[in-house]
Amino acid sequence: MNNKKEKQKNILQKILEILKTMASKPSGLIGLTILVFHVVLAITSPLYVPHDYKAIDPTLMLTPPSSEFWFGTDSLGRDVFTRTILGGRTALTVTFFGSLIALLWGGALGIFCGLVGGKTDDIVMRIIDAFLSIPWILAMLLIVSLLGTTTLVLIPALGFFYGKGIVRVARAATHDVIAKDFIVSARARGHSNFSIIWNEILPNVRDAIMVEGAMRWSWMLLGFSSLSFLGFGVSPPTPDWGLMISNARGLMSFAYWAVLAPIFGLSTLIIGINLTADAFAKALGIDRSTKAPV
Amino acid sequence: MKTSVQEIKDLTIGFQSQKGEQISILKNISTTINKGETVGIVGESGSGKSTLALAMMGYVKHGLFTISGQCMFHSNNLLEMKNKELETIRGRKIAMIPQNAGQSLTPNLKIGYQIDEALKLHTDLKKEDRDKKISELLNKVRLPSPDTMAQRYPHELSGGQQQRVAVAMALAGSPELLLLDEPTTGLDVTTQAHVLELLNFIAKDTDTSMVYVSHDLGAIAQVSDRVIVMYSGEIVLDGPVRSILKNPIHPYTYGLLKSIPKLTLPGLPNSMSGSQPQPGSIKSGCSFYERCEFSDDNCKIKTPTLEYINDLNTYVRCFKHKELTNQNDLNSQTVKSIENKILKNEILDLSNVSISYAKQKFLEQLFNKIEDNNPTVKDIDININKGETLALVGESGSGKSTILKSIAGLLKTKDGIIKFEKDKVLSNDLKERDNSYLRAIQLIFQNPDESLNPNHTVEEIISQPLRLYFGLKGQELKNKIIEVLDKVRLGEFYLTRYPRQLSGGEKQRVAVARAFAAKPDIILCDEVTSALDVSVQAAVLNLLQELKEDFGTTYVFVSHDLAVVRAISDRVAVLYQGRLCEIGPSKNVYKFPSHPYTEVLLGAVLEPDPDIKPKLVAEDIVEEKPPENGCSFQGRCPRILGDICKNEVPPWQTSESGNLIRCHIKIDDLKNQQSLN
Amino acid sequence: MFFLVIKRILLGLITLFIVSLITFVGVEILPGDACTTYLEREAYGAALEACYERLGLNVPAYERYISWAAGVLQGDFGYSLSGDMKINDVLGPRVKNSMVLASASILIGIPIALLLGIITALWRDKMPDIIISTIAIFSMTIPEFVSATLLILIVAIWLEWLPGIVIVPTGVSVYELLPNIILPVIAISMIMTAHMARMVRSSVIQVMASDYVQMAILKGVPYWKMVFKHVLPNALLPAINVVALTIAWLLGGVVVTEVVFNYPGLGRLVIESISNRDLPVVQALAIILASIYVSINLIADLMTLMLNPRLKSLQIKK
Repeated sequence: MNNKKEKQKNILQKILEILKTMASKPSGLIGLTILVFHVVLAITSPLYVPHDYKAIDPTLMLTPPSSEFWFGTDSLGRDVFTRTILGGRTALTVTFFGSLIALLWGGALGIFCGLVGGKTDDIVMRIIDAFLSIPWILAMLLIVSLLGTTTLVLIPALGFFYGKGIVRVARAATHDVIAKDFIVSARARGHSNFSIIWNEILPNVRDAIMVEGAMRWSWMLLGFSSLSFLGFGVSPPTPDWGLMISNARGLMSFAYWAVLAPIFGLSTLIIGINLTADAFAKALGIDRSTKAPV
Repeated sequence: MKTSVQEIKDLTIGFQSQKGEQISILKNISTTINKGETVGIVGESGSGKSTLALAMMGYVKHGLFTISGQCMFHSNNLLEMKNKELETIRGRKIAMIPQNAGQSLTPNLKIGYQIDEALKLHTDLKKEDRDKKISELLNKVRLPSPDTMAQRYPHELSGGQQQRVAVAMALAGSPELLLLDEPTTGLDVTTQAHVLELLNFIAKDTDTSMVYVSHDLGAIAQVSDRVIVMYSGEIVLDGPVRSILKNPIHPYTYGLLKSIPKLTLPGLPNSMSGSQPQPGSIKSGCSFYERCEFSDDNCKIKTPTLEYINDLNTYVRCFKHKELTNQNDLNSQTVKSIENKILKNEILDLSNVSISYAKQKFLEQLFNKIEDNNPTVKDIDININKGETLALVGESGSGKSTILKSIAGLLKTKDGIIKFEKDKVLSNDLKERDNSYLRAIQLIFQNPDESLNPNHTVEEIISQPLRLYFGLKGQELKNKIIEVLDKVRLGEFYLTRYPRQLSGGEKQRVAVARAFAAKPDIILCDEVTSALDVSVQAAVLNLLQELKEDFGTTYVFVSHDLAVVRAISDRVAVLYQGRLCEIGPSKNVYKFPSHPYTEVLLGAVLEPDPDIKPKLVAEDIVEEKPPENGCSFQGRCPRILGDICKNEVPPWQTSESGNLIRCHIKIDDLKNQQSLN
Repeated sequence: MFFLVIKRILLGLITLFIVSLITFVGVEILPGDACTTYLEREAYGAALEACYERLGLNVPAYERYISWAAGVLQGDFGYSLSGDMKINDVLGPRVKNSMVLASASILIGIPIALLLGIITALWRDKMPDIIISTIAIFSMTIPEFVSATLLILIVAIWLEWLPGIVIVPTGVSVYELLPNIILPVIAISMIMTAHMARMVRSSVIQVMASDYVQMAILKGVPYWKMVFKHVLPNALLPAINVVALTIAWLLGGVVVTEVVFNYPGLGRLVIESISNRDLPVVQALAIILASIYVSINLIADLMTLMLNPRLKSLQIKK
């Protein structure tokens, strides 16, 4: 049936339109460019790295940048350039899937709470509040220290902790929508709850939830790199910016390059995601600066 | 020669579009406001009337800018003044009374402080004198106990009181010119009449010039000496109030006046086609060309200028005004009177219905009962015949929409039974209602912006009931949608439009189409025309009437507008504080003898005719709760008898013409008293 | 009013109760317990039994929870895993040091955030706004450990202006601590300040577009008087709660920053206790940090209640 194709075409058109609006402002264009660059780099970098990222060579310890080692070497003589361009892969993967999980459970629970209201809503929000009041870093550290630092632990754990904020946003958006007459109208017609959620509520809260998800991504990256800086993220010798900064920090008075290179990688990625999220929010007509970072 | 207060010269204000074009929303406005004169500026939403009023204070909203022209106030151009200079004029020489006083008073500051602020800025009075002056001002706008009032915060006042505070604040600087931007819109009928009367009094008392901006010709007629009609950012007509309203020589004003339902001329008014063009869409020719019934090809090519007609002392922007000069048929206007085929079988029967908003206590929840001796809506007995239009009329808080919601199953009743087609009891719980009953009763809401899902296309919106009730799919569904759209005069190309791409009238047509798609027996209309512009309102009313004649649908029509109700309904039920006051055939309800509340309501109706003045018979007190005992209207009744009204629920009495009135005063006495006025 | 205050306090206590349950249950259901981790490979037989006995782990979980909770209510968190130190003694000075750091960041961050937020809103889309907002995006996104590392590299190592690493013992006086906290405070307050400034900006812009501000302008109220009387009170009121949430979020940043600067506060203790799997200490930390969070929010709630005329009169009526 052509109806479905038409719908797909419409969605594609809408995505293109949003991308166009985002790219129409310099900050959005810069953000998108940086993000695309990092994603492409993360996917393709293993194909063209100049050195082996785990090749230790004591004779080459802390060599300053040269034509051979563009960003110099670290305390174990490993090529910093190689490790830097590989260093975002784990972070990007973990946080991307983490935010996806956060988006899904946070969105679903938020819509549910907003819809049912009353006592159930009160109780769920109270529990969410309690989870919120344990600093994320303490909870995350506890979980990874007891369960290990594999991606299979990190993704759901981060997804869980960063989904709390999405619950609030989805709940508030649903609250706003269900007071509207078109929901009343659908209820009066006798549509099922599922149909009301799917057809009437979801299209109207989707934007807010997606924007929140985009924001979560940048914050999650911040959280993940902090974990990995503290030694609770990626296990060596896998290259990771947070870990690289942490290792090179002690020697930075001699070898600043080993610190600056991963800092540059991490900072540009976070700024890229942030600018993109900002532009995304603006393109969808949502002001994201009113939200608290929790 | 009159002295002028403000002179507007060739003013054009606009904005920069995203493509970089300059788009004007005010085009070459020139007019003069004279001392002591009240000028009404009338126009539909988007006509630029509010922008004009703000420009008269030298204020241009964020995003807009002056393209050309001047606003001269005593030989100073307000639009070029520095902020420092403007501060000495605003509030002191020119003051504004805003549309929504509730949102225009700063929420964290007390009423007294906000008035005092204006006094401090614009007078040299000392603290004690200012305090005295505050009381004086609050007294002047007739607010009760001024001293305690000054200690209140804005949100603690009712809408009418807030509006009065705004008036007091504007008067604080004793301005020469008072600008009023829709000051009574959103107020209840009786409150509105009272505020207008107050404004008239102030105009006479202080000899202040006023500019009264409104979409409501009825309000304009009551206050103005001169009327300016605006359309699409232009002045199309400017002249003395009687000339404009009794002999309009511009086709837009002519059509507008014909499309307003009037009490003096019952029946469905003529409708005007189309809607106001988007700013910037008209490049040449007359901006009213598309909707004009007098236009010819010349109007499309040449742009008319504002022309002075000596005989009428009127400026007009139309090539065809001569054709209208002698067309004096406004009063002999033919209106379509409604003729509904009412079958004698009951389709809906409300007996003894009470509805409470009180929260259930824990024990009551267990027994599924609500304990509330003074519910919001009480003892409603109404039955409606098939094919009939029954109107529920009352001010805000009268419970009219609450009753509608209960019929639709959205609100549980506390007591009473609602029956469909005589013997089928409609369950209190929406979930328990049979699908066929749900289909049989459809709702149309006040504001189509809220009742249409902004993320659905017109096709998706109308497909909802078709899929739900008839299980239509694919091509069959699409054909049916096109058929339904055609019924509400919308073409096939509307299918892929989103609500935001439609005008107000088109949106409401889509909402009507959605309701009719279910092939309902009863349609519940909740203030369906209140959010629409006057010229569009008539079209929607006509559409509803035609559809009803085609399908034999029964309407329950809720409205606060007595003229609209008079035009569309067969029978009227008047409600006050959730209790019925009067019910009967509409032609009788609108005649005396009436329930005293109906009398008050009818007296407050504003007709677009400066010679018909409203009669203010009762105070416009706002009651928060219905009285526990006796008559619901006892608190405001101008004809109250005494203790009997306070203690005993009044009996139903039948008048000769067949309407039921619930009052302690004998029908004959009512008739005698009311005919005296 | 009184009733509402009591209600808020009760809700805060309930939250704390749930937190204590969550941490307790969380520690219970995660694999391993204090003794198996402490004894590692020797965790069997008599040694394990002895350890259970010593830590009281051989009684049912709910009994342990009750006795633990009773202790906490009296301000006693029990003994750390090694058993030789009272947790209170370990925590006391570190809590103080962390509080010094956090309060300094808040005291400096909030006024700056307010000022920048108001400036950017009043000069919206003009140069000051564009510059400050751009800087805010950068400082908001860079993790604390990155800015802290950069600060040390630039200010301490290259310029040699301030000490980079804090090398004072845990128990030193606040006065001695002060010169050491300048860089940590900058690192911590950067993200928080940028966030709050953005929040304040959008709140002020929203109020500036309101009908009542337009009305004040049309009344002839001078610009700055309008800003202070009509705009700010209404714009900052809703900001209070968000500021509180931002402050609570800062607690996480404090932990990381303390590690970078080797600061003798809770941060290092968090890392140490988790690395050593000293679960009693972790539980104590969770409760303490959560109480700080709950009290900050409570204060914000009460401030909003007191300042909002709407809520005030609502209470009088009732």
